[in-house]
Amino acid sequence: MSEIQIVEAPPGIEGSGFFATSLDKAVGLARSYSLWPLPFATSCCGIEFMATMGSHYDLARFGAERLSFSPRQADLLMVMGTISKKMGPVLRQVYLQMAEPRWVMAVGACASSGGIFDTYSVLQGIDEVIPVDVYVPGCPPRPEAIIDGFIQIQKLVQTESLRRRSTPEYQKLLASYGIQ
Amino acid sequence: MGKISNEELLNSIKAKFESEVSNVTEPFGLLTLETSRDNIIDLLTFLKTDEKLQFIYLTDITAIHYPESDKQIGVIYHIHSLVNNVRVRIKVFLADGDVHLPTATGLWNGANWMERETYDFFGVVFDGHPDLRRILNVDDLTVFPMRKEYPLEDPNRVDKHDFFFGR
Repeated sequence: MSEIQIVEAPPGIEGSGFFATSLDKAVGLARSYSLWPLPFATSCCGIEFMATMGSHYDLARFGAERLSFSPRQADLLMVMGTISKKMGPVLRQVYLQMAEPRWVMAVGACASSGGIFDTYSVLQGIDEVIPVDVYVPGCPPRPEAIIDGFIQIQKLVQTESLRRRSTPEYQKLLASYGIQ
Repeated sequence: MGKISNEELLNSIKAKFESEVSNVTEPFGLLTLETSRDNIIDLLTFLKTDEKLQFIYLTDITAIHYPESDKQIGVIYHIHSLVNNVRVRIKVFLADGDVHLPTATGLWNGANWMERETYDFFGVVFDGHPDLRRILNVDDLTVFPMRKEYPLEDPNRVDKHDFFFGR
């Protein structure tokens, strides 16, 4: 027998010949296993990401086979590395070009908080310019940690309501970053 | 070893700029001398165009800040004679509040970005520079970060208060 495992169905009502669940859950399931990440790799965390994409750890197992190097096609922005203040507007522009729904993962100490670079030229965490969904600690984090962060993103995607992006809370969050 | 010794080099400089150069030292064999704002361009021109010396390569322009000195800001030129394989370092010290210096872009086009960098980090104004604006830092930075009176740390950082460390 093959030992191929497939994703479990979301919670729903099952009977003979039918299965009913909510659209949110079905869409969330489909989305979470086909996220297209945009790697924004500026330093050593990017090297760890290369290992994560390589055959040994293989992020493709989680449905993130296809990296998107155009922000317009990407679902998940993975910021890996030190972001200088001069790079801040570029990162923001990349985020603005992504279509909703979009998620952001800050990988490593520098992207999360500026890390050891507590200096005038470095952005003290990318959450100064764009909203972040998941922070991955480490300097740099191991591939397992990056995969764990990715699984956290998948959980967010699976449980997100279809209308979250039009809620006043979400609009308020974006407005606090000056994004429409 | 260079084709001309530091002594020979110093003699050729002193023949023309006897009273204009001072504080001659040779740390690690690198001839280092000081001059003033009025003579710096003449000295550089001489070193570059002299038939024997031919210091045609401008390695770097940078600056240094000594807050305790009378003349706080020092601008430092490194030039290199590729023909003779010898280098020389020239310093000009300027008083705070009067940090002006004539530009060297007339001699080397490469001085353009070096002077912009020196302006960006130390606030040295190079008179006659074609386009003196910040080059590496963000345009809206209001300080000259390598000067000692400005803090190195990012002022926006909120997680380093003593409170978080039980102090």
